[in-house]
Amino acid sequence: MDRFRMISQYFQSNSESVMNGICGLLALASVKMYTSFDFSCPCLPQYNMAYGLGIMFVPPVILFLCGLILNRQSLVMLEEWRRPQGRRKKDLAVIRYMCSSVMQRATVAPVVWIVVTLLDGKCLICAFSGSMDPEKFVGFANVSTVQVQQLLAKVPCKDDELMRNNTSRKAVSRYLRCWSQALGWSILLILITAAFLARWLRPCFNQATLLQARHWSNYIDIEQKIFEETCCEHSQLFAHKCILHFFESMRQEIKLHSFSLPREGEGAEGEEDLLQGITDQDQVNKLLETWYYEKPPLDVS
Amino acid sequence: MDKFRMIFQFFQSNQESFMNGICGIMALASTQMYSAFDFNCPCLPHYNLAYGLGILLLPPFILFLLGFVLNNNISMLAEEWRRPQGQRGKDPAVLRYMFCSMAQRAMIAPAVWVSVTLLDGKCITCAFCTSVPVETLGNASHPRLSQGEVQRVLARIPCKEIYDGQQLIANEVAVRYLRCISQALGWCFVLLMTTLAFLVRSLRPCFSQAAFLKSRYWSHYIDIERKLFDETCAEHARSFAKVCIQQFFEGVSTDLVAAHCHLPRKAPADAGEAAEKLLGITDRGTMNMALKSWHRCKPPLHLHPPALPTGNGWAGEGQPPTHPSAPRRETAACYSWV
Repeated sequence: MDRFRMISQYFQSNSESVMNGICGLLALASVKMYTSFDFSCPCLPQYNMAYGLGIMFVPPVILFLCGLILNRQSLVMLEEWRRPQGRRKKDLAVIRYMCSSVMQRATVAPVVWIVVTLLDGKCLICAFSGSMDPEKFVGFANVSTVQVQQLLAKVPCKDDELMRNNTSRKAVSRYLRCWSQALGWSILLILITAAFLARWLRPCFNQATLLQARHWSNYIDIEQKIFEETCCEHSQLFAHKCILHFFESMRQEIKLHSFSLPREGEGAEGEEDLLQGITDQDQVNKLLETWYYEKPPLDVS
Repeated sequence: MDKFRMIFQFFQSNQESFMNGICGIMALASTQMYSAFDFNCPCLPHYNLAYGLGILLLPPFILFLLGFVLNNNISMLAEEWRRPQGQRGKDPAVLRYMFCSMAQRAMIAPAVWVSVTLLDGKCITCAFCTSVPVETLGNASHPRLSQGEVQRVLARIPCKEIYDGQQLIANEVAVRYLRCISQALGWCFVLLMTTLAFLVRSLRPCFSQAAFLKSRYWSHYIDIERKLFDETCAEHARSFAKVCIQQFFEGVSTDLVAAHCHLPRKAPADAGEAAEKLLGITDRGTMNMALKSWHRCKPPLHLHPPALPTGNGWAGEGQPPTHPSAPRRETAACYSWV
């Protein structure tokens, strides 16, 4: 009884901590991906915006999907949602709880990517340098419209021959970076405040329902794990029996075909029992051939 | 029962986590291979495309095949596919499940290689540098060169040291353009793969959960059965070998008794186990003879019942080996199954 309790406690804590661990690992992976990614803005008028915004929003979608895929509970939730009702009623509150917990964990890595991107600034500089008002910056004020678009598009590329040592370029770059970092910090502040409020105010609403939903969602998770293990154990026993029957039937077949009476038990050593009456090279070969050509049926009654 | 359960849990989780581990190691190996690989664009008009696309597509194919080779279950799948039906029906759903799960794991390393290659940009830069739109990116006022000349100049874009077309199109501009396209393709590829994986995983509970549970159970069963059979055979072989060798030694000592009229000194009652283990061979000459005959004339693979002392037991005359009848006699075996 206590061993059962210990094991179930271990599973319960383990599954939560496993999910939190995966969440954390994905967040770290997103930071690592960003730092190892070689950001190179195309510095061409139409391509800048697409590239910058693409780098800011496509990887978060990928990370979100990864977060859903790697989380085992999302699969459990889907199965619970789609199963036929049968003799067990479905509780929508439980499904909602599991869904929200899965979604919350899956949004951590994308948010980390977006915040890191904004705090770094390169994406926004690349995307919005072409949308700047040239009048505000001395170096771009008196240039023709077509030219100014080209020049502004080249702002993110420091090493371009036109942009080297151009002070207006640095001004645009600083301006955009300032906006980008302000946006990044604001988003971070808003999200953390929202998380704080949600956690703090939750006990004020429906605490009992919440406790029930959490209990039953854990239960469904554990039940599925135990079912899988029991199936595994069962197939082990089934295979064992099946093979024993097979050896037994081979022994009986050999008894039918051979004319010598096998010695049953008289002076038989322990090893003889293990041999199951198969004591000859040809008999062994026949056994192995029969195993391949005619596997025994899946019936151990 | 609990110990059984614990061991089985470990075994089961171990197999799955073992396969996932191999998968992860191969993915890491593919990134390592890419960074260790010294990419050398040939910078010649027709060779660029072949080299670039070759590096992009050939290693993934190799990694995919390697993924199958390193998977232990491939032989299990092949065996299950090719075995004769016999008394046990074959379920195509189980075969499909096994194949799909192996293919999914084998596709991870190639996908990682393709993504890393595209995100890095060197391959696409090398392969498509001759297709850069010179009119939009380059100098329109440049004196006209023949098509072949233009191609030759553009082909040198990846090789900065020998690039001589700075007036035609600036090297950095072209490289940035190609790299932007390459990275966009890379991210789209990763997004596509992730979406596919997500769909595959999430649509399954909606459609075929019961069939999935059955296929999974039976594919695990086949795996466990095969392993258990191998273990049982190994145990059987051990016992067989033990009895065979024991009978050999007994045969040798009986033989010596017959040949040399040497009365075997029955071990005195208080000598204990050690004397029994000597199996009647108690001096150097006898031992040497036993070893020589083990090498020159191994006993046949046929164990005779221990209580019958035959003349020269070690020559294997004991019983005629039973020959199983050539056509398999279904009737005799079926009575216990049907």
